[in-house]
Amino acid sequence: MNQLSSQTQSNLVPDGSSLMGTLRQRVRQGNLGPLPVLIGLALIAIVFQLLNDTFLTPVNLTNLMKQIAATGTISVGVVLVLLLGEVDLSVGAVSGFSAAIMAVLSVNAHWPALLAIAAGIVVGGLIGLLQGFWIATFRVPSFVVSLAGLLAWQGALLRVLGTTGTVNLTDPLITNLANALLPVWLGWVLGLGTVGLYALLLLREHQRRRSAELPTASVLMLGLRIGLVALATLLMIGLMSINRNPNVEPAIRGVPMAVVIFAVLLIVFDYVTQRMRFGRYVFAVGGNIEAARRAGINVTGIRISVFMLASALAACGGILAGSRLYAVNQSSGSGDVLLNAIAAAVIGGTSLFGGRGRIWSALLGALVIGSIANGMDLLALPSSIKFMVTGAVLLAAVTIDAVTRSRRETNTR
Amino acid sequence: MQDRTPVLQLRQISKRFGAVQALSDVDFEVYSDEVVALVGDNGAGKSTLVKTIAGAYRPDSGDYIFNGQRAWISKPSDATALGVETVYQDLALCDNLDVVSNLFLGREDGTRFGPAFADVLDEVEMERRATTVLKELHVRIPSVRTQIANLSGGQRQSVAVARAVMWNSKVVLLDEPTAALGVEQTQQVKELIKRLRSRGLGVVVISHNLADVFEVSDRIIVMRLGRRVATFETANTTSTEVIAAITGVGPQHRPNGANA
Ligand SMILES: Nc1ncnc2c1ncn2[C@@H]1O[C@H](COP(=O)(O)OP(=O)(O)OP(=O)(O)O)[C@@H](O)[C@H]1O
Ligand SMILES: [Mg+2]
Repeated sequence: MNQLSSQTQSNLVPDGSSLMGTLRQRVRQGNLGPLPVLIGLALIAIVFQLLNDTFLTPVNLTNLMKQIAATGTISVGVVLVLLLGEVDLSVGAVSGFSAAIMAVLSVNAHWPALLAIAAGIVVGGLIGLLQGFWIATFRVPSFVVSLAGLLAWQGALLRVLGTTGTVNLTDPLITNLANALLPVWLGWVLGLGTVGLYALLLLREHQRRRSAELPTASVLMLGLRIGLVALATLLMIGLMSINRNPNVEPAIRGVPMAVVIFAVLLIVFDYVTQRMRFGRYVFAVGGNIEAARRAGINVTGIRISVFMLASALAACGGILAGSRLYAVNQSSGSGDVLLNAIAAAVIGGTSLFGGRGRIWSALLGALVIGSIANGMDLLALPSSIKFMVTGAVLLAAVTIDAVTRSRRETNTR
Repeated sequence: MQDRTPVLQLRQISKRFGAVQALSDVDFEVYSDEVVALVGDNGAGKSTLVKTIAGAYRPDSGDYIFNGQRAWISKPSDATALGVETVYQDLALCDNLDVVSNLFLGREDGTRFGPAFADVLDEVEMERRATTVLKELHVRIPSVRTQIANLSGGQRQSVAVARAVMWNSKVVLLDEPTAALGVEQTQQVKELIKRLRSRGLGVVVISHNLADVFEVSDRIIVMRLGRRVATFETANTTSTEVIAAITGVGPQHRPNGANA
């Protein structure tokens, strides 16, 4: 090692070169990442499994994943908006309205499925464009604009669905969107491919850092990261590849499409936020909007595009939800959809104060909320208890966020 | 005094905010390899002048001359394109991003595949350059991957200064760089300023602390009520003289014949 790298090496706490070191550093800096929610998830799983041993079965876990896919997709957009330091209360209504557009175009107007789906997503994006434009140009708080949107798009949903109030989805392409099962072999190919790609990216970066003489994580840490990702991915795919039919024949196995779509969106948006210029600017605007502006970043453009993306993702979530239930009706996107989507992002570890969080929190938070709901259903508990427990978990998550934030601030001076 | 062409010169700059004449016919110049201190009482117009130089304000009248050529500056990026960088009083760093991201904010290295917003960032290259620059400037921070939120005031100031000088800049403007700092951190920043001069930059520093001004500057320009009222060679003056010029009371003086 030459002088430069050994010098930087010695006077810094090396980033993630030892497990305990990283952990201690993160606790000190008030930057816990997904740790609290992972612990919470493990606890939830253990408790429900002890109370009812069907919780950790392939059937139930596959169900759970399918249940959270739609809300989780909406939550990906919510994470983006929260990163900006804004909020979007219209995502539930937008998801319902966009799904209704798709349903009416497909069923009543007999549009081809793909066109109807695309139209639904485009309508979502245009709604986001309108709301984002309003927020960014007229400086009306996003809270208010999206609240107005919530009301307006809910009204539009009722209007579009017409007198019957329900449109049953018939086009197989649309209903397969959530319900089709990936062939088992394809599930493994995709899973292994993803893990392989991830490992390749990490190793290449490791190599480049080494040849640039920058501090590198230890090989052990690298292996651990890749190993954990591989384990989680392959475990899920393995689980969903087990036959879920209690009568054995015909075999029901494979990853549901809804889960595949959700996973792809998670990976794509995590990459965009962590590795691309656009993502960097989203974090910058959320961290210090004035600094972003002075750095020459098109702040208005970033804000409008984030609201657009959030609404388009809400539309995707709404379409997935409609597909799963084979229908779009007056209650699509209402009820607890909005609250769960926002709660999932926050429980998953994305800060309400802007500029901090990861796309993965949409998955983690949706898993927490989904597990609680699913577990309580298994125990046949009333939904009153479900709401109260979810509320308590949300409060705990927000408290962790606020406390770590104040810890960061006292660190500063 | 100096026969060279100033790297940056302003002529007869005026700027009015409603009823307040913040700048009246101000001339200003800074040469390469020198530190100019801009001093004056609160409201004298120092920050307004610096923001005009930085392109954040457009003057009502006056000329902007860079390397002897007239330049038209209507936004901050016009100034940075010339190599005029500014460290504002509030630093403008993103607390939630790490040092590397802040150093490169708005000017990230990346690979282009399509539209600019989809560039894939080259973190390795950015980190390498960041490490080099900070080392050259003797800036000491725990790691270039630490979030700004975890740095001390002096370290933040150093990062802000490093960001200003790593782009092949010719002139660096610092608005009260030591105002919020403790003794040791102030010392760090002063050392940094001297290092910038030795790299051949023109440095403009606003400060209320005359001891610091005398320690780092080559020339002192005094402003009062929107006008430039005096100029001193730091080596040939005393703080009494400078204070008299700032407050406008006390013995009249004509230092170095350079009154503007
Ligand atoms: N954006 C603005 N709008 C209106 N008036 C302004 C604005 N900026 C500055 N001024 C006025 O212009 C005058 C000069 O202000 P300036 O900030 O340049 O002073 P300064 O020398 O930097 O003072 P300080 O030492 O307090 O920072 C003041 O009277 C101030 O109130
Ligand atoms: Mg000022």
